[in-house]
Amino acid sequence: MNDAASVGPLEGIKVLEYTGEIAPWAGKILAELGADVIRVEPIDGSHTRWYEPFLADTPHPEKSLFFWHYNLRKRSIALDINSESGKKIFLKLISDVDVLLEDQTPGHMLELGLDYPQLAAVNSDLIHAAVTPFGQNGPRSKDPAVDLTILAGAGPAWSCGYDDHKLPPVRGGGGQGYHTASHWAVIGILTAIIARKELGKGQYIDVNAHAASNVSTEAASYSWLVAEQTVQRQTGRHAGVRPSSPTQVKAADGRWINSGVPARQGKDFQKTYDWLAEAGLLEEFPEAPLLQLGATRDGFLNLGAISSGEDPEGAEIFAAGRAAMVLLIKSLSAYEYFTGAQQRGFQCGIIYSPEEVVQDVHFIDRGFPLEIHHPELNQSFIYPGVPYKFLGSPCEIKRRPPLLGEHTVEVLLETGYTPENIEVFQSENILG
Amino acid sequence: MEALKNLRICDFTGQLAGAGATRHLAAFGAEVIRIEDPVNEGRWDILRGNAPFVDDRRGIELGGAFNNHNVEKKAITLNLRTDEGKEILRRLVEKSDVVSENFSSGVMDRLGFGYEALKKLRQDIIYVSNSGFGASGPYQPYKTWGPIVQAVSGLTFSSGLPDQPSAGWGYSFMDHTGGYYMCISILAALIYRSSTGNGQWVDLACTEAAATLTGPSILDWSVNKRPTRRDGEPNSNRNAWPKMAPHGIFPTNNIDTWISLACRNDDDWTQLRGLIDDPAGFDSNYDTIEGRYAHQDSLEELVSSWTLVNSQNDLASQLTSINIPNAPVRNPQQRIDQDENTADWGLWPTVEHTQMGSVRVDGLPVHLSETDWQLERGAGCLGEHNDEVYGELLGFSSTKLKDLKSQGVI
Repeated sequence: MNDAASVGPLEGIKVLEYTGEIAPWAGKILAELGADVIRVEPIDGSHTRWYEPFLADTPHPEKSLFFWHYNLRKRSIALDINSESGKKIFLKLISDVDVLLEDQTPGHMLELGLDYPQLAAVNSDLIHAAVTPFGQNGPRSKDPAVDLTILAGAGPAWSCGYDDHKLPPVRGGGGQGYHTASHWAVIGILTAIIARKELGKGQYIDVNAHAASNVSTEAASYSWLVAEQTVQRQTGRHAGVRPSSPTQVKAADGRWINSGVPARQGKDFQKTYDWLAEAGLLEEFPEAPLLQLGATRDGFLNLGAISSGEDPEGAEIFAAGRAAMVLLIKSLSAYEYFTGAQQRGFQCGIIYSPEEVVQDVHFIDRGFPLEIHHPELNQSFIYPGVPYKFLGSPCEIKRRPPLLGEHTVEVLLETGYTPENIEVFQSENILG
Repeated sequence: MEALKNLRICDFTGQLAGAGATRHLAAFGAEVIRIEDPVNEGRWDILRGNAPFVDDRRGIELGGAFNNHNVEKKAITLNLRTDEGKEILRRLVEKSDVVSENFSSGVMDRLGFGYEALKKLRQDIIYVSNSGFGASGPYQPYKTWGPIVQAVSGLTFSSGLPDQPSAGWGYSFMDHTGGYYMCISILAALIYRSSTGNGQWVDLACTEAAATLTGPSILDWSVNKRPTRRDGEPNSNRNAWPKMAPHGIFPTNNIDTWISLACRNDDDWTQLRGLIDDPAGFDSNYDTIEGRYAHQDSLEELVSSWTLVNSQNDLASQLTSINIPNAPVRNPQQRIDQDENTADWGLWPTVEHTQMGSVRVDGLPVHLSETDWQLERGAGCLGEHNDEVYGELLGFSSTKLKDLKSQGVI
């Protein structure tokens, strides 16, 4: 690593992370922004080191791609936090950090003797963020939950699925219930860091994953809050109070397009007509004269007047615009349609699988796919990169995720322990 | 104390992806001054004046979604087509910590207020632009909204059932999440400024934010060459990382009424088996996670045969009594009006809107022990805070304000 590399906007912020599976994403974001994030693991490693998928499908605590992704740029120390000496070391680490990020079951930190009042006693500047499924004190605070049950109970799954309601509602993939809670943990932590300057001390942040997904459901919530209306799920598009028209169309190469909104104004009908002509599809499209008629219209078609029957000609023009769009999609590859439509000013998207994103020319051009070197394996792999360019303080740290306990000695030395202290702890199996 | 009370934001955001970011800063006490075009009555934000509505009244001030996303902000109008309007904006930028926007990439430059221009007005200004594809790259001019961002980033593809098209998300998940990333961008840049004195431009691309949210899938491809686009995938109601089974959403004895449940390990399965009466006896394949995972089709049929003859409420209380993660697939009424957890949290506060009256809105899912959020005031009406911002902050006389109004500048 180049010594002059820019670390990121949170350079100088120190975070101790004591998490399981809910909040490591928050730690990853803080590390990506330049904070020094030290993950405290048990002596035998976080159980998430045993989460699939594995390098070469070989289960091993240093080969979990799940762990890799969620711990990029962090440091790791292995510590028996249940032992008395381990607790003392934890408290000493706490005295030296800005933030504690944890996602333990409510009450567990108190059982350990490491709850907020005891931590604040050694470091009044500490910001302690606790991420849990239901918050610290609510009526369900100790109920078990996983990503699926959070997304089902908090609203997202209600809105997600298919027109055919005999098919079950769908949980969006990728662990987004945990991610949304983690995003809020980061917002809370950064807000508290700013407030600390004037407040003169740290504070405790209670982050509720169930609440986080509840307030991240767009119209499902405010349609009920404002008007007591209930949205219903629809294939690949917004759940609505009223049904809407399909937007996903399969292209000639079998991949899908989210078609966005079809043409509504004169110039768009002309562009659609011209595109059909360019693609040699006019002969297959008997409604083409309707597009030419649409091109003569001023302003936007009034969709209200179309659905109420006041503008029958407008309705035919609108339908022709949609039909032309579907014909173009079915006749072209998904990528040809996506770029062709966007270059003509039509909002639409190709439905990429995750791996297709990091192979796409745009994201490569922006440097989004990030090559991370794993020296022990003598190999480099593509990770998803940094989603924001802090142009004055870019995050240039490319440290791979930590091996278990890789930084135990380094961090303890930084915290003021001597090599002799550390040897004693190691002989007592308090450190790994 | 309000956490962000000394912070002033010159805010051009709209819709949810942008407005949803600065709303959280306003909830923590930041002064968010939202600038709208008086000529088209702020209609660049398509939510302004649109459904849902609290009653039979309709109009530009009465949109429920707009109110939800713009609580606690100040609303001013300013016509940036006029030289006078541009001059006033310069005065406002000089007094602001942050300029935030989610126009299509490049619009601020065309208005004459790109980062370099802003920096001349205030050397340590923080400028955060939020767009679908970012400020560089071949797709920089492309237009997006939530579902397009989700489509191109892999999120839509990752949500669905086998042999079906993508289910997508059913709403603009990435407008909420893009807003969270924008909020994080602003706060992180403020912390950096506080330690170095330097402002900067943050170029946020929502598609990239979304693409970080499928990380293990990307690594499975880059490391193991295993694409997510393959037969039988995805089935996002199941869980492969880590393996859990049964894990899914199951029908109950009522139409379109569902329950989710997950067995995290063998102990959970042993507990659940005690609730399910299987006359055929349990398949010994189900004894291990590998076996249950490999035989999920039959396992899910077995679980469904039990859930189908029980009510959603009964299932939830039975599963909770044996400590199995579960939740009804709650509809909006169930989770907003009938969920003791969200009520106890204070998750749906009521704000006062000048024209709409009392309206409930989304609260925040964090509580800070010393500097918590507050939501009391609804979104501003067009120009509602013109006198306050132009009069008190910029020191314009009442005569000047009248002139600006009559000239159509504000």
